[in-house]
Amino acid sequence: MENGFLFQAIIYLSAAVVCVPLAKKIGMGSVLGYLLAGIIIGPYVFGFIGEEGEDIMHFAEFGVVMMLFLIGLELEPSKLWKMRQMITRVGLSQVLVTTLVFFGILYFMGLGWRQALTISTSLALSSTAITLQSLKEKDQMNSAAGRNSFAVLLMQDIAVIPILAVLPLIALAATSDVDVDHMSPIAQFSGWLQTLLVFGAVILVVVSGRYAIIPMLKLVAKTRLRELFVAGALLIVLGIAFLMEMVGLSPALGTFLGGVILANSQFKHELESDLEPFKGLLLGLFFIAVGASINFGLIGENALMVFAATLSILLIKSLILLGIGKMNKISIDQTLIFALGLSQVGEFAFVTFSFATELNIINAKTTEILMAVTAISMTFTPLLLLLNERLLLPYIGTKEKEEKPQDEMDESNKVILAGFSHYGSTVGRFLRANGIKPTILDSDSDRVNLLRKMGFEVFYGDVTRTDLLEMAGAREATILISAIRNPETNYRLVTLVKKHFPHLELMVRSKDKREALELLDLEVPHIYMQNLESAVRMGKDVLVKMGYRAHTVHRLAQDFIKYDEDSMVELAKVKNDKKAFISTVKKSIEIQENLLSFELNKRFSLNDHAWDSETIKEGEEKDK
Amino acid sequence: MAHPKLEHSKVISGLTASIDDLENVQITDLYERYPDFNIDVQHEQELLFGADIVVWLHPLYWYTGPPLLQQWIDLVLEYNWAYGHKGTYLKGKYLFNAISTGGSPEAYSATGHHGYPLKEFLLPYKQTAKLCNMVYLPPFQIAGTHNITQEQLHHEINKFKALILHLRDSSNISDLESLSFLNDFKQ
Repeated sequence: MENGFLFQAIIYLSAAVVCVPLAKKIGMGSVLGYLLAGIIIGPYVFGFIGEEGEDIMHFAEFGVVMMLFLIGLELEPSKLWKMRQMITRVGLSQVLVTTLVFFGILYFMGLGWRQALTISTSLALSSTAITLQSLKEKDQMNSAAGRNSFAVLLMQDIAVIPILAVLPLIALAATSDVDVDHMSPIAQFSGWLQTLLVFGAVILVVVSGRYAIIPMLKLVAKTRLRELFVAGALLIVLGIAFLMEMVGLSPALGTFLGGVILANSQFKHELESDLEPFKGLLLGLFFIAVGASINFGLIGENALMVFAATLSILLIKSLILLGIGKMNKISIDQTLIFALGLSQVGEFAFVTFSFATELNIINAKTTEILMAVTAISMTFTPLLLLLNERLLLPYIGTKEKEEKPQDEMDESNKVILAGFSHYGSTVGRFLRANGIKPTILDSDSDRVNLLRKMGFEVFYGDVTRTDLLEMAGAREATILISAIRNPETNYRLVTLVKKHFPHLELMVRSKDKREALELLDLEVPHIYMQNLESAVRMGKDVLVKMGYRAHTVHRLAQDFIKYDEDSMVELAKVKNDKKAFISTVKKSIEIQENLLSFELNKRFSLNDHAWDSETIKEGEEKDK
Repeated sequence: MAHPKLEHSKVISGLTASIDDLENVQITDLYERYPDFNIDVQHEQELLFGADIVVWLHPLYWYTGPPLLQQWIDLVLEYNWAYGHKGTYLKGKYLFNAISTGGSPEAYSATGHHGYPLKEFLLPYKQTAKLCNMVYLPPFQIAGTHNITQEQLHHEINKFKALILHLRDSSNISDLESLSFLNDFKQ
């Protein structure tokens, strides 16, 4: 196979561009799409890339490196402190119990304690990328399942540090003949010195973060050259990664640390937005690499073993998580989402496994099989969550529909309200206060239970499912309110309703102007920009405090709201078809710019001649 | 006091300012207090109940008061509170309109531009007062506000202040009923 860089790049990119939209189209989520792309271009289907898995894994690791830097950036110490209870109670117990259980099993299967410990710690970790992505797509980030999953993932991220630091020590204890060629530059030193160097490097990252990186960023920021800042950001990540490789530590771990250190700096958001596209792309490549690295030859030979191992790992991890969920009194539906979402082996396992192989703790064949197991378990997660949602959740815990006496069920509500967050509940309460009882759809089971106790009719589940909408009475209803925050869910809901229930009058909340434009594109007749009224009201109160008359301000504000909404319609007309490719930030800025310049041209406050006796006087003067 | 754009007004704002600090005189700036026309009925009724004399101070637009005054009358003067069988809370209180008009005094006459005297335009207010068993006094008017001079305006405002003080302090004001305009009262 040609090994030209361009050719390689084209293969990767086209696989992503073809597979991901396809996967999204059939509702599988982007992670599965990337994995599929990897499998297809990998050595076992088309064989375009990666005769040697190592090449790809090396490539792949940089995606993880970037991701961990960004995860680190998100981990402000204060945020960690706020979550400390959940992190220790849910997160720490998951890591410890899972490691112990796997260690026990592997040890009794006859593995040495070193191998057993290395493998069990790696298996205990879950995939941040897959779990978070799946939760986000299902709108579960703020539910009990979402928050607890996040706590577990955080704890696992933290656990990586000791795991990687201790691995060389385990290898030292193994006293096997180390293949010096494959080792890091410090491998010729004794094990204790290596460990010392590892900690030294970590300390170096911590210290330089404060005294070298931040001053450098300040200097770069002063040039006001955006691309230079991007270069600086990449330099930080690459620099730390290089340093870590020098001492034989995982670059991912190092950059993660670097991220944590910069989390409190003023450059946090700048770094995030600059590295975000790199991370997205590289993470995509990472998943492609995972797909491509699945050794189907090996799986074929050991099919039964690999699948048995994968299933039992998924089962054991889920069971432990279910237990933890139960102990922490999370409701059963949320626990199921939480347990299945975290049941896979995470991408860190690739790093730790390859690291452990280099250290000769586990042999190459075991590593291959373990990596296959890891990749398959990751592939299963979105499927498991889908099965859970379709087959399990409707019958367990919070039912999709509440069983009610027949006579009450006959009364169908004319209004359906999707999403009962703060926004939705305000709409719902207002309607109920005035005798309209909307049928509520929500995907957070805890909230659903609470609402049912309070006498609301609530349907539980993914609001973008036709059958759920049908069950909720979409055929008989006249109005569907979407109070959903996530623009993607909104988009799906609107397209679905337009297709299957065209008679429903859609009233849709939009998060911001950009989403409003998208909804206008879908020809949604009633769009409600969620912050418009409250922001204008605040402005009103300021004007009154500045001495303006309240009624005048009231009229000005109403004009302004109407003007704002009208100009969105204008914007929707003039924007061209390249908009889909403009980055979100840029798009928002562009909208702001257009609105401001519209205003300058209009000077609408000057058009108010109401109760203006001056014009009458002028007119009378002229008549004389 | 009802003026939809007080910031552009000279007459009504001048009249208001002149009596703003007086003891036992309370002004409700309707457009400031209820910019969205959502009137607090109970609060207004309590104010009314505590008063002896009620003044509707407003400009005359299209031969009537501004819409918020009408809204106020609609909502506050409730059946069986202000009128009707049990509606006795306003009984015996005095009421009059203090009005600014763009047109001159002569314009409000049978032969003038507007064809009728001012009092006839105020008939709905008069009858409202009667229905509430209130005593309706003649109006106070500042006319020709488009061409009024500073001195004239000043003079009228002082007269208004004197009128309010007189109403506040005199023990008997029923003699005012016979005047055609309160502007003509004698201290």
